[in-house]
Amino acid sequence: MATLELTVSEDVIAATVQRTRRLGPLFWTATGWMIFVFAVAILAPVLPLPGPTDMDMLERRAPISALHWLGTDGLGRDELSRLVYGARISLTVGLFAPVIGITIGGALGLLAGYFRGRFETLVVGSMDTLLAFPPLILALAVTAYLGQSIFNLTCILGVLGIPAFMRVARASTLTLARREFVIAAQALGASHARILLRELLPNVALPLVAFFLLGVAVIIVVEGALSFLGLGVPPPISSWGSMIGEGRESLEIAPRLAFIPAIAMFLTVLSFNLVGDTLRALTDPRQGAL
Amino acid sequence: MTVVASQSSRDPLLSVENLVVEYSIGGRTIHAVSGVSLQIARGETLGLVGESGCGKSTLGRAVLQLRRAVSGRVLFDGQDLTVMQGDALRRMRQRVQLIFQDPIASLNPRRRIGDIIAEPLVISGIKDAGRRKQLVRDVLTAVGLDPDLVAGRLPHEFSGGQCQRICIARALVLNPDFIICDEPVSALDVSIRAQILNLLEEMKARFGLTLLFIAHDLAIVKAVSDRVAVMYLGRLCEVGPSEQLFARPAHPYTALLIEAIPVPDPDVRPAESVPVGEPPSPIAPPSGCRFRTRCPRADQRCRSEVPELRNVAPNQYAACHHPLT
Amino acid sequence: MTAAPLLSVEDVAVDLPTPRGNLRAVDGVDLTLGAGRTLGIVGESGCGKTMLSRAILQLLPKKAKLSGRVRFDGQDLVRLAPEALRKLRARSLAVVFQDPMTSLNPVLTIGTQLIETLQEHLDLDPAAARKRSVELLAAVGIPAPEARLMQYPHQLSGGMRQRVAIAIALSCEPKLLIADEPTTALDVTIQAQILDLLAREQRRRHMAMIIITHDLGVVAGRTDEVAVMYAGRVVERAPTPVLFKRMHMPYTEALLAAIPKIDAAPHTRLPAISGRPPDPTRPLHGCSFSPRCRYVARRCHAEKPLLAKAESSDHEFACFNPIHIEAGVSA
Repeated sequence: MATLELTVSEDVIAATVQRTRRLGPLFWTATGWMIFVFAVAILAPVLPLPGPTDMDMLERRAPISALHWLGTDGLGRDELSRLVYGARISLTVGLFAPVIGITIGGALGLLAGYFRGRFETLVVGSMDTLLAFPPLILALAVTAYLGQSIFNLTCILGVLGIPAFMRVARASTLTLARREFVIAAQALGASHARILLRELLPNVALPLVAFFLLGVAVIIVVEGALSFLGLGVPPPISSWGSMIGEGRESLEIAPRLAFIPAIAMFLTVLSFNLVGDTLRALTDPRQGAL
Repeated sequence: MTVVASQSSRDPLLSVENLVVEYSIGGRTIHAVSGVSLQIARGETLGLVGESGCGKSTLGRAVLQLRRAVSGRVLFDGQDLTVMQGDALRRMRQRVQLIFQDPIASLNPRRRIGDIIAEPLVISGIKDAGRRKQLVRDVLTAVGLDPDLVAGRLPHEFSGGQCQRICIARALVLNPDFIICDEPVSALDVSIRAQILNLLEEMKARFGLTLLFIAHDLAIVKAVSDRVAVMYLGRLCEVGPSEQLFARPAHPYTALLIEAIPVPDPDVRPAESVPVGEPPSPIAPPSGCRFRTRCPRADQRCRSEVPELRNVAPNQYAACHHPLT
Repeated sequence: MTAAPLLSVEDVAVDLPTPRGNLRAVDGVDLTLGAGRTLGIVGESGCGKTMLSRAILQLLPKKAKLSGRVRFDGQDLVRLAPEALRKLRARSLAVVFQDPMTSLNPVLTIGTQLIETLQEHLDLDPAAARKRSVELLAAVGIPAPEARLMQYPHQLSGGMRQRVAIAIALSCEPKLLIADEPTTALDVTIQAQILDLLAREQRRRHMAMIIITHDLGVVAGRTDEVAVMYAGRVVERAPTPVLFKRMHMPYTEALLAAIPKIDAAPHTRLPAISGRPPDPTRPLHGCSFSPRCRYVARRCHAEKPLLAKAESSDHEFACFNPIHIEAGVSA
């Protein structure tokens, strides 16, 4: 009789211990900050803050006080409130734009890498064409034509991110689709849809999600840059970027007006990067062991 | 092309007729399989042996229609697989299973063993989850693994030998008629190979299987096969019963392979006549007999005329103008 | 043996820190090799044979900790300065790896790699180096050697690449050649050619050679001595004919029995070894092979057997319950 030789239990425990040990304090701090920013942004309307657009012309550029925890800006608006509401904008654009990228780009990459042939050439070709457009000019053209709004901005930034996600998904799929477990599924008579959804997608999802988090970080910065230039979100809505832009005028008198949103953006982007990188590192060794 | 008759007089389970498989890489055509015909009787194990590049793995995949042939037929239980599509092909595929060389890569790293083994059952339409679970348990026990310890885990938690058992379980769960084993033990340690080979023999007896066993190691092929077919550069050189073929090979290439095997016996001196040269490229195979560039017996006829498989001994066929016997 | 051995490995141990704890890849190995002799080191994956070869060559990964001595040609390699070690490696110590595709630089031509090696280590001028390269390629059996100089590794077949790797290894007339699984990635007909080439060159140059492999068939006809490794230790060492005919270790016997033989009848049940190789991060108290051993006794679980001499001083084994042992000899 074929013999059984299993000492799996010890190996499994050791493996799980090793994985959680990798998530150090830096990772948890970054996650904590992300959760904090999200919570604050979502709960903004119920927080006891003055409105972000309430102007108090008598209290312009007021210093930090009990009334205004971070002071006021050039138009007398409460800085803390603007920071919190700015977070909403930055995070909204920052999250939804890459969502467009990961869904459309991810799907295209998965299909292109699996089916190959003419479809792949078509997809890769069109992505290359899209990449050939200078992104800033394209964004400007779209906003000039369709108007400046959060929706338009999110859409154009999302579309510009599609090629990158397509590349990540396609690269992953190309390696995996040649592996024996996919051929095994084909040999079992699985349909293409089943193979794509049950065999490939769970494996491609990991690098995509890690890339997604990095994408969020990038979009927050890009949106910030555009808004800083006045080309992003339209006033009176302000994101961290536009806050930094407006703070430029008050750099000598009240430098905090520019620095505080900059620090907030810096910390948030850093956190997304850290979490994204850690997740990618965690998923890689497992794939390496395959 | 002479069709090689099998030992049994009943209808063969698998009949490959003049199969040609080619594929192109970077504009050049690779002649992987160039007109191979063979038959496998029910309950038989046919060993298919050859070195890398001979096309044996491609042949295995072409039989399963994982790679479409350019011409030729594959008859499984009388039905031509090469003209089947869609659902009919899918149903046929459930009767023919495949085991691969790299057991760990054959398993989806993100799915649990229980799910992986249940997958064929789901695809074939068994809706009852309870029944599926029971079938999975039965087959895991049959291959020597404890379902309670194994079913909930991921592939990377197991060794190569254990993964190969899991692959064998997955191949058996639908109770197929025919299994193609493509180098199933080459990637395993020596001490584990024997376990898996014994397991395969046991499963064959228990489930009444017919096997096509593809490998490059002659000793392993001989150990499990009733008949052996030797392939070189896309063509069959020789087919015959295992014992007979190895004792009295008719084709020079078979003799060469046998001599080249490193024997774990210090009294056996390595062969003085070392095989010369290297296998030519399958992109531009030699004319006539493809082995002629390395064959000590080659002559003008070998260059111009392709040798056909001819009966050289009882049940033994060789494709050679100057066979050894 | 009157002369000092060319290579002397003394109580070498290699420890590797891993996330799962300390991995003792090599657990106190002693070996000697005389000039012009061939040693085969046989073992399955995870037995430590590759780490041992890296330890001898001083090519261990940075994280690894090495203890013990490696004496080669009178010098202790472990304590040698890097510059001296580098010189020694090229001139006296050569290695051929398993996968010639990764041991050859894929972006340099064969000629560049050969000529550079010759120029650097033998101080030849380009023309002389080129001439010598062509001679070397011809000596290892590569047809049309001048043309090959201009080719890249990927344009050659696996067997050809391995020949080139051997040519590079032999180019500086080494005293010791270590071949780590040199033919595992090659077809059986090419394997025979490469092994013959190594044997021929060894005889011609009176070179010492270590062949590391998992295939007992490879060492059977081509080595003077064989050392069998299991779980980081040498468990048996003997002259080749003795090892195959009168082995003392149950593991050696089981390993030989588990290999399908070409002259066995089909469908004979193979005597498989139950269980699987041990986890190097979890060493056992007693003998590492005890969970799988047919002849296991109580003592085997409790103590680790040490390498002891058998009836002749060149046959050593580590077992409390050895086989084929005559009365009067104890472990």
